[in-house]
Amino acid sequence: MSTLRNCKEISELVSMEHIYKTFNKGSVNQVVLFTDFNLSIDKGEFVSVVGSNGSGKTTMLNILSGFTDIDSGRITLDQRDIGKMKEYQRAKYIGRVFQDPSTGTCPALTILENMALADNKNKPFGLTRGVNKKRIDEYRTQLERLKLGLEDKINLQVGSLSGGQRQALALLISTMTPIDLLILDEHTAALDPRSSETVMELTQQLVSKKNLTTLMVTHNLKYAVQYGERLIMMHKGDCVVDVKGEEKKHLEVNDLLKVFNEISIECGN
Amino acid sequence: MDIFIGLVRNILEEGFIFGIMAMGVFITYSVLDFPDLSVDGTFPLGACTTAALISIGVNPYLSCLMAFIAGSAAGMVTGFLHVKLKITNLLSGILTMTAMWSVNLFITKGSSILAYYNKPTIFTSGLAAIFPRDIYVYRIAVVGLIAVVVSKIVLDLYLKTKSGLLLRSAGDNQQFVISISRDPGKMKMVGLAIGNGFTALSGSIYSQQYESADINSGTGMVVMALASVIIGKSVFGKIRIMKPTTMAVVGAILYRACLVAALQMGLNPDYLKLLMAVLFTLALVSTNFFSKRRNKPYVNTPEL
Repeated sequence: MSTLRNCKEISELVSMEHIYKTFNKGSVNQVVLFTDFNLSIDKGEFVSVVGSNGSGKTTMLNILSGFTDIDSGRITLDQRDIGKMKEYQRAKYIGRVFQDPSTGTCPALTILENMALADNKNKPFGLTRGVNKKRIDEYRTQLERLKLGLEDKINLQVGSLSGGQRQALALLISTMTPIDLLILDEHTAALDPRSSETVMELTQQLVSKKNLTTLMVTHNLKYAVQYGERLIMMHKGDCVVDVKGEEKKHLEVNDLLKVFNEISIECGN
Repeated sequence: MDIFIGLVRNILEEGFIFGIMAMGVFITYSVLDFPDLSVDGTFPLGACTTAALISIGVNPYLSCLMAFIAGSAAGMVTGFLHVKLKITNLLSGILTMTAMWSVNLFITKGSSILAYYNKPTIFTSGLAAIFPRDIYVYRIAVVGLIAVVVSKIVLDLYLKTKSGLLLRSAGDNQQFVISISRDPGKMKMVGLAIGNGFTALSGSIYSQQYESADINSGTGMVVMALASVIIGKSVFGKIRIMKPTTMAVVGAILYRACLVAALQMGLNPDYLKLLMAVLFTLALVSTNFFSKRRNKPYVNTPEL
């Protein structure tokens, strides 16, 4: 039993311990979101997170990525204490795709320039040529895998692409360099059904190919059931459902919907 | 005819010199999306630094470089106020601009005009000294052209480097800069340093043309530089092969041409600043009128 626990500790990648977070402390709008929140994610795990608005899903992601400060608690990533790091410092280990397709890419720069910048992550940004010509073929190959025809448009400004194309590119860009954790923040919510299917398939491909530990927040219960080996349902800053393995495989949308409704009724919605 | 040629020469001289400042402001305003008012203080800073250095016998080219460095330092102050002390961009610029007044007076040892007649300048030494006598009057335009072309090439090359790309993305999407693990605040400071460096260089060259520095010469420089950038963009924005730095310089020349034309038509010089403000307003209104897109792309793509 003890060896099993040791194994677990080694395989643990993300750990959030005793997280406390209150918004607008001391004012009439005070909202206590997290009281002693704990979450641990294993290496290579693909976790889907669902929950109603205000349940704390996005705040949890923001706390992990460093966008939101915590009142107290401990956050570690691969045994490193990242709680005190700034958002851009944590980005060294964390890739993130946002709900808004315009957040993950630079609209005024071309596809090529966006990829060249992302490719240079964690390396110095000095006075050498911004776009390494030798890497262009490699970028093209990566774009071809998206099957969106972007490989022929590498000199086009990203701002002129559609939301789905931009999101696919953002996904590609955020995983170009090795990362420990991929955070997907409702990354298909702003897309039309077909584009979101494409982006989800691409997500699955990239995640399994690079064996990425992934934390995906979604409002789409179908995706939450379909993708990932673990599912968490959050409510009022707590994990009310946490299933993995066989149990997760047999989970269906209707089961999830039932729990979802029960919670909502409890709240009186 | 001679009068006309003289006017064109005058427009080009001033257009080239102020074009350098327009390129600097292009970096802060268009690339970084930062309306930088410190320009009103860093233009005379360049002029005063140059005057102080040349009058004690420093090489004029070295003085230009020192002016650039002084301007960059002032730009860093604006960046520091904005990024580290979280003061809004407009106020940060105003604070630096105000502080520069005293700094400039300190440099000129308290006099509002520091003249250095008959000392070597970039218009009298080096290349200008070997200029043929019969076209000697054109030396300012030629030296100005060389200065502006060199500045433009350096800036264009910089914008293609890794650091330059990062600067452009910092103005475009800060979250993107964060996601590639860089501090967007630092890039803002770099951009402000470059922008104000070129502004001070412009002030330095302007002062060498008149062989004196006037601490009042900065008034209206923000308006002039911004108007140049916006005029250049609204007139030539549709031409894809034209670089935005070129647009800024040509915008500066067009802007000077408008002012000179107005003065030739008998405008009272007292109303010059009023005219500058009106021209700027027109340039702003026309860009709002012609382009529906609110963001300012670095390279223009045709409608898709």
